[in-house]
Amino acid sequence: MALCGKVSKENFNNIPDLELNPIRSKIVRAFFDNRNLRKGPSGLADEINFEDFLTIMSYFRPIDTTMDEEQVQLCRKEKLRFLFHMYDSDSDGRITLEEYRNVVEELLSGNPHIEKESARSIADGAMMEAASVCVGRMEPDQVYEGITFDDFLKIWQGIDIETKMHVRFLNMETIALCH
Amino acid sequence: MGFQMLVPFGPWNWLFLLVALRCGGASSDLSESTNSSAQHELNVRFAAAGSEPAETVSVFALDYDYVQIPYEVTLWILLASLAKIGFHVYHPLPGLMPESCLLVLVGALVGAIIFGTDHKSPPVMDSSIYFLYLLPPIVLEGGYFMPTRPFFENIGSILWWAGLGALINAFGIGLSDVNLLQNLLFGSLISAVDPVAVLAVFEEARVNEQLYMMIFGEALLNDGISVVLYNILIAFTKMHKFEDIEPVDILAGCARFVIVGCGGVFFGVIFGFISAFITRFTQNISAIEPLIVFMFSYLSYLAAETLYLSGILAITACAVTMKKYVEENVSQTSYTTIKYFMKMLSSVSETLIFIFMGVSTIGKNHEWNWAFVCFTLAFCQIWRAISVFALFYISNQFRTFPFSIKDHFSLAFLLPLSLFPRKKMFVTATLVVIYFTVFIQGITIGPLVRYLDVRKTNKKESINEELHTRLMDHLKAGIEDVCGQWSHYQVRDKFKKFDHKYLRKILIRENLPKSSIVSLYKKLEMKQAIEMAETGILSSTAFSIPHQAQRIQENKRLSPEDVESMRDILTHNMYQVRQRTLSYNKYNLKPQTSEKQAKEILIRRQNTFRESTRKGHSLPWGRTAGTKNIRYLSFPYSHPQPAGGDVRAAEFTGNLHP
Repeated sequence: MALCGKVSKENFNNIPDLELNPIRSKIVRAFFDNRNLRKGPSGLADEINFEDFLTIMSYFRPIDTTMDEEQVQLCRKEKLRFLFHMYDSDSDGRITLEEYRNVVEELLSGNPHIEKESARSIADGAMMEAASVCVGRMEPDQVYEGITFDDFLKIWQGIDIETKMHVRFLNMETIALCH
Repeated sequence: MGFQMLVPFGPWNWLFLLVALRCGGASSDLSESTNSSAQHELNVRFAAAGSEPAETVSVFALDYDYVQIPYEVTLWILLASLAKIGFHVYHPLPGLMPESCLLVLVGALVGAIIFGTDHKSPPVMDSSIYFLYLLPPIVLEGGYFMPTRPFFENIGSILWWAGLGALINAFGIGLSDVNLLQNLLFGSLISAVDPVAVLAVFEEARVNEQLYMMIFGEALLNDGISVVLYNILIAFTKMHKFEDIEPVDILAGCARFVIVGCGGVFFGVIFGFISAFITRFTQNISAIEPLIVFMFSYLSYLAAETLYLSGILAITACAVTMKKYVEENVSQTSYTTIKYFMKMLSSVSETLIFIFMGVSTIGKNHEWNWAFVCFTLAFCQIWRAISVFALFYISNQFRTFPFSIKDHFSLAFLLPLSLFPRKKMFVTATLVVIYFTVFIQGITIGPLVRYLDVRKTNKKESINEELHTRLMDHLKAGIEDVCGQWSHYQVRDKFKKFDHKYLRKILIRENLPKSSIVSLYKKLEMKQAIEMAETGILSSTAFSIPHQAQRIQENKRLSPEDVESMRDILTHNMYQVRQRTLSYNKYNLKPQTSEKQAKEILIRRQNTFRESTRKGHSLPWGRTAGTKNIRYLSFPYSHPQPAGGDVRAAEFTGNLHP
C-alpha cells in the first residue's frame, strides 16, 4: 500500500489473489464508491485513506449478540445496502436488467465454456423471478423498471445475510488504532 | 413429509443392544436351533426324495420350514410398510408423533405375537448380520444426502462438539455409578446421540441451518467416537486389573482414536475416487452404474472394518466424495435409481431394526432394577445438558456466529440418546431409555420447538438466491484477500481450484466446468417447462394434445368450438408469458400484440436454452415426433439437435421425478 496514507485503485491491482476473483472490478469499485463511503449519492473517489478503508470494512462486521433487534435490523439493512450498491453501478437507485446481466456475466466469467447467451438468459430468468416476488402478478401493460432497494430487501427477506456477510477478524484492535 | 427418512441413525445405535443380547447366549441357542432345523430340513428333503414306495403321491403338501426365514422377514417388512401407510393416511397422527414411535409399536406388536405363540423368531438379528447388512444402508443414505456445504462450513464446531461431547458424556455417565469400568463402557455408548426424531422434526419445523447441521454432523461423527471408545474400554477391561492401566495405554488409546477416525475417512475417500473414475467409462452400460456406486461404498465399509477402522466414517466419506463426480457421470435414470434404491434400502433396514427392538422388548431377558434405570435416565439428561452448555460456551468464543441460548436449550433437551448395553440390567435400562426418548421426547419435540421459537430458516430455491450467494462468496473471498486474512473461504476456494484443475479432468467423463448458477437455472427452467407442457401451452399449429386435456374431454371428438376455446386458452396463456418477458425487457422488445411474435419469443428463449444445454447435458427436446419413450433428463444421450424449429416439447410422455 502507498506510504502517503492514501490508496488508489492501482494499489488494489497488486493483490495477487484478487486477480483470480471474477468480480474483482466490482469489489475494487465498492471500496471507492462514494455511497459506501458516505460521501455522496454517486460517483467514485479517487483515493481513500485508512479511515475510509475501515468504513468499508465495517460493513463486514459480524453481528453482535449483545445487539437488540432494532440494531440487528439496521445492521442487516446496511449490509444489504452495500450489496445493492455493488449491483447498481450507475447509482440510479435501481438495478436494471443491463446491470443484472452485467453481474451475471462477471460471475460466470471464470467459466470459459459458458456463452454469453446463457448468462443473459440466466439474468433474464432471475429478473423475472425478482419481478414476480416484488410486484406479484403484473398487468400486461406494466413494465418493471428495475429492482429498487425495497424490492431488494424483499428478495432477501428469507435469506440469512448475517451469517454470510461477515469476515472473521480475530484481532479487533486495528479499529481502535484509527482514533 | 417431514418425518420421513431423515437418516435413522438411532436405530442402528440402538442395535448395539442386539450385540449384547445375542452375545449373551441367546444367539448360541438360536443359531443351534437354526442349524439343527436346517439339518433337519435337509434330512426331510432327502427323505422325501427317496420316499418309501408305499406312500401315495401327495397332491397337496405344506413345507413351512423351508421358507420360514425369508417369509417372516418379508412379512415384517410389509407389516411395517402398511403401518406407515396407515400412519400417513390417518391425518392427525403425523402431527402428533414421529414415525419412529409407530415403528417401535409395530415392532412391539410383532414381538408380542412371536412371544405369545412361542415361536422361534428367525435369527435375523445376529450381530454380524446387523453390522454387515443392516447398518451400512442407513449410513450410506445419510452420507449421500448430506448437504455438504453447510457441513464443511461448520465442521470445526461439529468436530469439537461431537468429539468432546461424546467423551464428556461417556465419562460423566459412566462415573456416576459404582463399578467404574463397566459403567464407563455403558457410558461410552449411552452418550452416542440418536437424532432421528429430532432431525425429522427439525426439518419439518425448518429450524435454522446452523442448528440442523450441528445435529446432523454430530450424529455422523459420533459413531466413530463411540466405537473407538468402546473398543478401548473393552481392551482395558480385558486387562483384568485396574492397576495395570498405565498412562501409556491411555495415550495409545488416544492415538488409536485418531487413527480409527482418519483411517476410516481415508478409506472412504479412496474408494470414492475409484468409483468416480470407473463411472467415467460406463456410458454404454448405464445399467451397472448404480451397482458400482453401491458396491464400492459397501466395499469401503468392509475394508475399513477389516482393519478395525471406523466403517461408518468410511462409508460416509465415500458417499460424500463420490456424489459430486458420480452425479455428473451417470445418466439421469441411473441417478434416480440410485437415489430411490438407497432410500428403499435404508427404509427396510430401519424397519427390521425396529421390529427387532420390539421383539426383544417382549422377551425373557429382563432384569428390572429401578434405581439403575432411573439413575441412568436422569444422568443422561443432566450430563447432556451440562456438556452442551459447557462446550457451546467455549466454542462460541471462536465462532463468528454464535448460537443463542435458545439453541443451546433445544440441543440439550430435545436430543434423545441412544445406548448400548452390556448385561441384562443394562439391557432393560437401555430399552427404557430408548422408549423414553422415542416416545416422550419424540412427541414433545414439535411443541417444544414451537414454544421455544427456535429461529427458522426459509429455504427456497431461486436463481436470485443462488446468484447472491455466489456473489457473496466471491465478495468475501475478495475482502479477505484485501485484508490478507485466511479463512475457510480461502480453503474452499483453493480446494475448488485444485478440484477443477486436476480432479475433475480425471474423474469426470465430459468435463465441462459446471457452474452452480447455470445448473440451478437449468433445473428451474426445466421445471417451468414441465409445468407449461402439462397445462398444454406449448403447441404450434398441430394439436398434439397432452393427456390431461384428452382426459378432460373424455375422449370425445373435438368439436370446432372446443378447438376454438382451446386455442383461446393457449393464446391467452402465451400472452401472459410474453407479457412477463416484456415487462422488464423494454430494451429489447417493443410491445407487440401479435400472437405469432409472442410464440416466437417463447421459442427463441427456448432455443437459447436448448443451445446452452446442448453440450453434454442435452435434453432430448428435439427428438423426432413419434418416439414413444422420451425421457427428458437422460443425460449423456447427446443427440444432435435439429436446428431451431418447432417446439416439440409437447411430445413429452415420460414422467419426471423432481
